[in-house]
Amino acid sequence: MTMRGQTAIEQAIRNCYKRTAFIPFVSAGDPNEDVSYRILLELAQFSDVIEVGIPYSDPLADGPAIQAGSLRALQAGMTLPKALRLIARVRAVSDVPLVVFTYVNPVVQYGVDALMQACADAGADGLIIPDLPFEESAETREAAVRHDLALIPLISLTSHERVQMIAASATGFAYCVSSLGVTGERASFATELRAFVDAVKRASSVPVAVGFGVSSPLHVRELAEFADGVIVGSAIVRRCEDIQNALSSGDAARLDDSIEALSQFARELSEAGR
Amino acid sequence: MFPDERGRFGEFGGKYVPETLMSALVELEADYRRLASDPEFSRLLRSYLRDYSGRPTPLYFASRLTEFAGGAKIYLKREDLNHTGAHKINNTLGQGLLAKMTGKQRVIAETGAGQHGVATATVAALFGLQCTVFMGEEDMERQALNVFRMRLLGAEVIPARSGTKTLKDATNEAIRHWVEHVEDTYYIIGSVVGPHPYPMMVRDFQRVIGDETREQIIEQEGRLPDALVACVGGGSNAMGLFYPFLRDGNVRLIGVEAAGEGIETARHAATMAKGSRGVLHGSMTLLMQDEFGQVQPAHSISAGLDYPGIGPEHAHLAKSGRASYEPITDQEALDAFTTLTQVEGIIPALESAHAIAYAVKLAKTLPADDLMVVNLSGRGDKDVHTVERLIGGSLQ
Ligand SMILES: Cc1ncc(COP(=O)(O)O)c(C=O)c1O
Repeated sequence: MTMRGQTAIEQAIRNCYKRTAFIPFVSAGDPNEDVSYRILLELAQFSDVIEVGIPYSDPLADGPAIQAGSLRALQAGMTLPKALRLIARVRAVSDVPLVVFTYVNPVVQYGVDALMQACADAGADGLIIPDLPFEESAETREAAVRHDLALIPLISLTSHERVQMIAASATGFAYCVSSLGVTGERASFATELRAFVDAVKRASSVPVAVGFGVSSPLHVRELAEFADGVIVGSAIVRRCEDIQNALSSGDAARLDDSIEALSQFARELSEAGR
Repeated sequence: MFPDERGRFGEFGGKYVPETLMSALVELEADYRRLASDPEFSRLLRSYLRDYSGRPTPLYFASRLTEFAGGAKIYLKREDLNHTGAHKINNTLGQGLLAKMTGKQRVIAETGAGQHGVATATVAALFGLQCTVFMGEEDMERQALNVFRMRLLGAEVIPARSGTKTLKDATNEAIRHWVEHVEDTYYIIGSVVGPHPYPMMVRDFQRVIGDETREQIIEQEGRLPDALVACVGGGSNAMGLFYPFLRDGNVRLIGVEAAGEGIETARHAATMAKGSRGVLHGSMTLLMQDEFGQVQPAHSISAGLDYPGIGPEHAHLAKSGRASYEPITDQEALDAFTTLTQVEGIIPALESAHAIAYAVKLAKTLPADDLMVVNLSGRGDKDVHTVERLIGGSLQ
């Protein structure tokens, strides 16, 4: 039987050996449920872990690209239960570890334990809750342990003396936020990033990945020098807008091409980590 | 007394923000606690409140409104007479001084009606700070005059184009901006909302309303009032009035929320009547949301009450039963707006008109020797244009 849960995520990243793990992010249901399923299967070929975002009305930690992706999915009728169903469909045909990225309010509304149960049932392996800092996370961490799900914390350049506490609590992997600000593509990274990632590595027993702003194969190569994994969100989600445009054109060949373009981009990002 | 050390008011409050902001919030709380007990800070704040904003504001016995309602005696706490025209300045002077004394060069704020934006731009000019205000694109149209006032005062006004393009999204944009500029920027939140320590801090800066009211009513009537009434958007003017009376069990505390086109419709901002527990803008509170936790758009004729959440301390006061919350529709507020204008010669802000509308309803049911204090949180100059469009034709 294949591993699931936090061990699956940790092993998937560790098993990359000399390569840095590639972790793309997409919003569930962007641009609609069926196309999103196709996108996830394409990504699964080149990804070590996939982050699946639950579209939310008020994505505080996200910049314009992911806000737009979230909105496309919501407008196409995506909901939390449907996103879990989508995850279950992917799980039925792929072993790639899947991490649910959701803001805290839908978690509260669903019920912490009930949602963890539903995530585990759908075959998800972990969660990222960007507006749930360590101090507010005790109940969620306990529920995650009960359902053998990773709870992946974000650690920031401003975390300073908080790094130890947060890194020690990480399961699956620790998520280093590359720069101040929300998600979005960036030209370059903070000079202190490497020292910061090294400090997080010293403080944690799980792999350490870097995200926010990673937008090109060049970035991936740069980060591969010191990160166990890279997370690419906005640059991928921006390509989902092309897919949405192709979809609304009604031209099936154009839709196939746009999905192929995303797939190609994912392959390049993944290979850049070697 | 609340909040506890985790910033909780019972089950509400806390800090639900991206990790990047956590150190800044911890530092802010430490700075605030240090300055709150610093006699120099208190002396400076008191002198600005008095000499710059014109405090204490009067507690005015509204005899004609009392007669109009035909019941309890109605007093108005005249926050509309503050510099910039609303209670918002009490808070921005406090936080502006805090920003200044902790060496920040730049402040940001969110605004709905524009009153908090104007009050922030004002103290930024006063203290020589750079100022950026986020305002929903729709509100910028509704409150064009306040946009111009902010720009005159030297502030940059950035339209929030995401989501509902009103206060909720202006707050999201302000938080996003703060995450990026947290190292040199102070975020002046305009109500008793947001992550700890904001709800506590804003309440403390607004409690001057209740402290003065207490002294004034005792001086004028020789006793405490029977009821306090204030409108509730995020809840800062209400919290400021209520707070010094929390332990006086015989003083009824009533918050008035915007029922828009009616709480049975989809267009209202009645968080207490229709909301449920959840997280909005960094705190556990009550908010309007659907079954999956998507935040629902609010509606009110008054931009300052057009908000789908409420401060966590109000959520706690409602849950504990210490305060009650009543809905008032757009139409009732509009009627109260003209009533107060015509019987007292005071043009209230549309936000405050909600409190007036409920106060008149309640006064009718109470004996003539009961005392009620209504917080007249702001003046209506900013709303004259909106009201003209709605009822202008009926005045000849
Ligand atoms: C005059 C006035 N009253 C009330 C409010 C609502 O805010 P709060 O509930 O924080 O007092 C506003 C907000 O813009 C306002 O301008």
